[in-house]
Amino acid sequence: MPDTPEKQPSVEPLALKDPASAALLAFLIPGLGHLYQGRTAKAVLFFVCIMGTFVYGLYLGSGPEVGWGRVVYWSWQPSDKRLYYFCQVGVGLPAMPAIVQSIRARHGREPFGQFMAPPRIENDPNAAPGGITLSELNRQLGRYFELGTIYTAIAGLLNLLAVFDAWAGPFVPHPEQEKEDKEGTQDKKEEEEKEQKDETGP
Amino acid sequence: MNHFLLAALGLEDMWYAVPLVIVVSLVYAATRFEATGLILEHAVRTAGWIVAFMAVVFAVLLLVNWWL
Repeated sequence: MPDTPEKQPSVEPLALKDPASAALLAFLIPGLGHLYQGRTAKAVLFFVCIMGTFVYGLYLGSGPEVGWGRVVYWSWQPSDKRLYYFCQVGVGLPAMPAIVQSIRARHGREPFGQFMAPPRIENDPNAAPGGITLSELNRQLGRYFELGTIYTAIAGLLNLLAVFDAWAGPFVPHPEQEKEDKEGTQDKKEEEEKEQKDETGP
Repeated sequence: MNHFLLAALGLEDMWYAVPLVIVVSLVYAATRFEATGLILEHAVRTAGWIVAFMAVVFAVLLLVNWWL
């Protein structure tokens, strides 16, 4: 009976399917890209962690008088340049209502409720009627305005990590991939040494 | 006990850092590993590093505050 080689536990390489589509899906809804790739545990982890942080931030930035989710809004007025939104929008679709609300406010139309609506600019003749001003918002929410802003911004930034993971896989290379890379570099080195020897001659 | 200590120091808001430390550790670990066990193991270590870093910064700021 011929000797059979010892069976090694097979490690299947990570299938990222279409990385671009996965990254896009991961950006739109945290965890969706990983679900598409069949990485369910990670999809659940990213969704719970990122959406949990984002929703808790929205909750912190809410109040009975100001409405829900007032810390996520888009505004680019001389008196209120909302740079935090660049981080918050990293969470994808959940932060997009702010853009719709901002467009409506810019055109002098009343926003759809107060959810993610930009605060009214004081002394602006084109501003939509009603609504709360930024200083009133800060006064009503106090420190929760900052806390909610930080939570939602961190959620957006964390989702960028998740998008990268959906695009390229984990930072630590897969054992099979690492082995292939090592073998590849070893072969390359041997080839280079051989070439050098050939050039210098015997 | 810890709650009273933080309240005495006027640092009740530090509780808001706890969920962030957990979430950041988990997500960071998940971007480095694929296996759930490794992710959790790495997350615990990362959380420890974050807390230690925050403690050092807190101590330095406290000392600076006393001296200046």
